[in-house]
Amino acid sequence: MEPFRVHTGRALPLDRADVDTDQIVAARALKRIERAGFGQFLFADWRQDPSFVMNDARFDGATVLLAGPNFGCGSSREHAVWALEEAGFRSLIAPSFADIFRNNCTKVGLLPVQLPPETVRALMDAVERDPTTEITVDLEAKRVTGAGVGAAFEIEDFTRWRLLEGLDDIGLTLRHEAEIEAYERTRPARLPSLR
Amino acid sequence: MHATMGERPRTLAEKVWERHVVHRAEGEPDLLYVDLHLVHEVTSPQAFDGLRMHGRPVRRPDLTLATMDHNVPTAPGPEDPISVRQMDALRRNCEAFGITLFPTGDLGQGIVHVIGPQMGLTQPGMVIVCGDSHTSTHGAFGALAIGIGTSEVEHVLATQTLPQARPGTMAVTVQGDLPPGVTAKDVILGIIARIGTGGGIGHIIEYRGPTIRSLSMEGRMTVCNMSIEAGARAGMVAPDDTTFAYLEGRPYALTGRNWEEALDDWRSLATDPGATFDREVLIDASELRPHVSWGTNPAQTVTIDDAVPEPADAAAERALTYMGLEPGTPMREIRPDTVFIGSCTNGRIEDLREAAAVLRGRRVREGMRAMVVPGSMLVKRLAEEEGLDLVFKEAGFEWRDAGCSMCLAMNPDKLSPGERSVSTSNRNFEGRQGPGGRTHLASPAVAAATAVAGHLAAPEDL
Repeated sequence: MEPFRVHTGRALPLDRADVDTDQIVAARALKRIERAGFGQFLFADWRQDPSFVMNDARFDGATVLLAGPNFGCGSSREHAVWALEEAGFRSLIAPSFADIFRNNCTKVGLLPVQLPPETVRALMDAVERDPTTEITVDLEAKRVTGAGVGAAFEIEDFTRWRLLEGLDDIGLTLRHEAEIEAYERTRPARLPSLR
Repeated sequence: MHATMGERPRTLAEKVWERHVVHRAEGEPDLLYVDLHLVHEVTSPQAFDGLRMHGRPVRRPDLTLATMDHNVPTAPGPEDPISVRQMDALRRNCEAFGITLFPTGDLGQGIVHVIGPQMGLTQPGMVIVCGDSHTSTHGAFGALAIGIGTSEVEHVLATQTLPQARPGTMAVTVQGDLPPGVTAKDVILGIIARIGTGGGIGHIIEYRGPTIRSLSMEGRMTVCNMSIEAGARAGMVAPDDTTFAYLEGRPYALTGRNWEEALDDWRSLATDPGATFDREVLIDASELRPHVSWGTNPAQTVTIDDAVPEPADAAAERALTYMGLEPGTPMREIRPDTVFIGSCTNGRIEDLREAAAVLRGRRVREGMRAMVVPGSMLVKRLAEEEGLDLVFKEAGFEWRDAGCSMCLAMNPDKLSPGERSVSTSNRNFEGRQGPGGRTHLASPAVAAATAVAGHLAAPEDL
């Protein structure tokens, strides 16, 4: 995974609450068995509407997504994260994220930033007023700046470190292989097995 | 959730969690051991590719079970070549990595969250994961069951563990007698309407109280299934005699002395008296009525006696436009054209019995499309042994093979733009059952009554 340290870019203001993963990528698009190729399906149904914010050329090239609360609710499909990533987004800013979606983001290096609703609103208003506004997401300093806003955000130390270094989760866990083996020796034999 | 400290009273979730900690360090997520990993065709191909790319084997194929459910056709007809390709990929991956697979056509095949419990693989106190958000279903047995994404699927395949930040605990206590015609589906829809789609974010919900205790295992599974619709990371119910009676005699259930030992252990899992939760919600079941959704998220729900509400915010306005509904319209005046009974929420034998009881001797309203998609091929066979298939067919329902089907419209079962369904599934998101389709979530009893009445209805209306 590509490390995330500091990113500066223009933003797409998606002023909706409870954006579910079915809107991000519809189920019918999940039949691909490859990791790539999901960007084309991002918000496909909403993009049918000419007034949808992604169809506004002023926001072309945005790399930061601003959204309402509970972003990414619904299904566990990581394809939603892949689609956002492939469409060029590097960071998402919202008042809250659904748990599984947030986890999925951190696995591929798309940084979810949780900020208070009024801060997200201020960013959205600024970007809507002036789409050329740039927002800086600084994971090292745990700060979002731009559009007259300067706000600190929280993120677990371990996740932050992993994102800063671009580390593979599996590789990190395999450092504990001896502990996994030790645990396996203590598991009760009565637990179900398919063998 | 905090580390164990002496004799401090603990919750069910804390007890199961603590048993599975492989590695714990300050400032890191806990590394949890996974007792059962369920795999399906949609969220796994990229995970298997990742293993190949790094030359990693599946650590515990003996704790991994795969089935095909999301894509599978439930009726004869031409197969979508892209779906076939995805199912073939699963078949090849299971062969290559030595994983047990229940493919289409096998009696063991079915929705992943229906087959685990029916085989007796889902047991109290286990940690269960699956690349599917409705994994929370298995929490009905007092297991900690977590939905994961594809990167995590790869992680579990490679290590049999999952790093998880410690969540908060939340008690949803339901007390009071369920009024006639009110089902487990109405309980969970009522809970979601109360706490909201994000109400459980960062928490494991434990459903407690006499009303939950009075539910069957199928009912508890329905409740736990939709924990994710309340935003929760998992939902759980403490195991009790109802749980043990359900498990006893199933293919993977224990026998003899092992069974007795397991019972003693499972009884010790219940939340200790005096244990505290980070959040508590109390629901009075006696005030519940059959619930039906009107909008495009599962919290946008009212009772069958209500009318479509005045929009409270922009999201509600948007939802009403999408759903083609006017505020003030009585819910009973809404006329779906499609009835879907099935899914991991309501595709088990008890759900089919509930619907069949309403349909016996009645007919589906002229012009309506109605289908039953059993949650597994075994559920289908059980239902046929009880003659439920005849009840459905005589009423005018299509009687299908098992799969996820119209819950998420990855197979040919879908709504056309503007079509309206009453559906026993779990999500009424825009386009969930087909682009432009409109979904009203409800219980199997309400879905069946609606099929007969031609408008949203409760069985008492017939």
